[in-house]
Amino acid sequence: MVFTPVLSRHWDDADSFTIDSYTRHDGYTALPRALAMEPDAVIALVKEAGLRGRGGAGFPTGMKWGFIPQGDEGQGAKPHYLVVNADESEPGTCKDTPFLMANPHALVEGVAIASYAIRSSFAVIYVRGEIVHVIRRLQQAVLDAYAAGHLGKDIHGSGFDLDVVVHSGSGAYICGEETALLDSLEGYRGQPRLRPPFPATHGLYASPTVVNNVESIASVPAIVLGGAQWFSSMGTEKSKGFTLYSLSGHVKNPGQYEAPLGITLRQLLDLSGGMREGHTLKFWTPGGSSTPLLTEEHLDVPLDYEGVAAAGSMLGTKALQCFDETTCVVRAVLRWTEFYAHESCGKCTPCREGTYWMVQVLQRLEAGTGTEEDIATLLDTCDNIFGRSFCALGDGATSPIVSGVQLFREEFLAHITGAGCPFDPVASTVFSTAGTPA
Amino acid sequence: MREIIARYPKPRSALLPMLHLAQSEEGFVSPEGIAMCAEELGLTKAEVGAVATFYTMYRRRPAGEYHVGICTNTLCAVLGGDELMARAKEHLGIGNNETTPDGRVSLEHVECNAACDYAPVVMVNWEFFDDQTPESLRELLDGCLAGTPPAPTRGPSTLCTFKQASRVLAGFPDGRAGEGVQAGPATLAGLELAKQRGDSAPAMTTTTTTQSATSKDA
Repeated sequence: MVFTPVLSRHWDDADSFTIDSYTRHDGYTALPRALAMEPDAVIALVKEAGLRGRGGAGFPTGMKWGFIPQGDEGQGAKPHYLVVNADESEPGTCKDTPFLMANPHALVEGVAIASYAIRSSFAVIYVRGEIVHVIRRLQQAVLDAYAAGHLGKDIHGSGFDLDVVVHSGSGAYICGEETALLDSLEGYRGQPRLRPPFPATHGLYASPTVVNNVESIASVPAIVLGGAQWFSSMGTEKSKGFTLYSLSGHVKNPGQYEAPLGITLRQLLDLSGGMREGHTLKFWTPGGSSTPLLTEEHLDVPLDYEGVAAAGSMLGTKALQCFDETTCVVRAVLRWTEFYAHESCGKCTPCREGTYWMVQVLQRLEAGTGTEEDIATLLDTCDNIFGRSFCALGDGATSPIVSGVQLFREEFLAHITGAGCPFDPVASTVFSTAGTPA
Repeated sequence: MREIIARYPKPRSALLPMLHLAQSEEGFVSPEGIAMCAEELGLTKAEVGAVATFYTMYRRRPAGEYHVGICTNTLCAVLGGDELMARAKEHLGIGNNETTPDGRVSLEHVECNAACDYAPVVMVNWEFFDDQTPESLRELLDGCLAGTPPAPTRGPSTLCTFKQASRVLAGFPDGRAGEGVQAGPATLAGLELAKQRGDSAPAMTTTTTTQSATSKDA
């Protein structure tokens, strides 16, 4: 079995987003089962299943839950919070958005189970503001879950209370960083916090907080129903379970493909129809623009946490953006760098200044007025941003540049010697009828 | 605004939705809107202004009735977003971050909007218009200019205004969650392929949980 639709298995029902459809497909049967267990047993189950964070970092979800201090003393005595990171904004990443549009209830049920496990009675779904219809569906799902007794007071007679708020962000990529998200949720500018202390002890309102990605939390009901062995029977040794791969770019059939961790891009392309007619793969990102670029030679890299890391990149959000030979890598890298410069929160100097200046340098390279020294300046600047920034945004900003120069130095040089970009931007558009440039 | 504040354990958490609500009244976050949020939360206007100016969705000048955002992040740009942006500027006769003189349409280039499998993507009032071409964009813009925009590809059956959308963002449902498709074709591509191939996840053996998952009653 190459594909294993679990999360996506009934998205083709026309009413898949309703509580009726979800209930028809065993929805909300995991919740009473979890409520019959001790909260610590739920944490142990998720640990044993081997679920790792689907938002990019791959941290073991059950372990994160286990870090929440319990008991009546110190931080443990404070209220605990669950915050779902639905601020999907990493360029190329498009899995949580269609997921929540098609089946918001899987997340709501996961929120109820996770909150019970970490002993939280208040949970927030922080969703990016630019996707209004997804927000409508989430709001309705939460209302319907309250009405059906899956949220609110004394859920299913268990004595467990939970309130859930759907909170819209306001257009800031940085709020996908968990501590910036928490500042934003407290009503401040979304800027990252110094860690430690970590959110597990000092998160929302300086209280113990779990921040998890949508897909991580939404995978929990299936784990409760199927068990740890069932979940870990899929995937590879250290990367267990099913996940959503998002194929986009110059491919024949872009979309969401749910498979066990460890599938390769070659398999995905072969089975889904490959690149667009008459064109070949030039470069791709395994998990969004913050993950170093890969090429055709990496087609057989297993797309799990270890496999992609061994190839010098990161699995990230499994956002497989595929670009063909009509694409100028300098233009692509420039555009991503403009994005990071725009989204830098301004808190730390290396990222704020570095991204700004790298845009200036890349602009003149793309325009054909750069010099060879500019390439060295770019790499030197990256060296001064990577590992020296306050959060991962700065590190991510260096990924496309460093990997782009590493893989395509000749193309950067061609912009200098040829006094401009050798590519025709029209040829790379989807509405171009032009074939491969001669 | 009090209703928003009551949702949260601490009042200040209500600030972002309150700013969306202010925007739903005026089409932008005005100095008066900032003053009102400040008063409700016991903050200074400077504190609220510092937050409002950090987030790109809060506008400092009135948005058009239809706020058009064209994705020009790398993937959409390469697949046609740059071309669409150039054509939109020409067709509307305005630049980035400007509004037509009649107040009908404002234009902005936006960053990745999480719909890369539908590139190039255009958002109007933060609803999805997927897989755009120069022709479909022209129809969309003409519709907006005439006050009769087409329906989003994945969204409600009619497009609401910028102010109405802002009210949903403030956390006040408009009752339209049931409208529109559950998923577009790209969302279903993998599921359909799995079905064609007869692929599925292993069957659950629901009677057993795990050794560590002991029941309370056990």
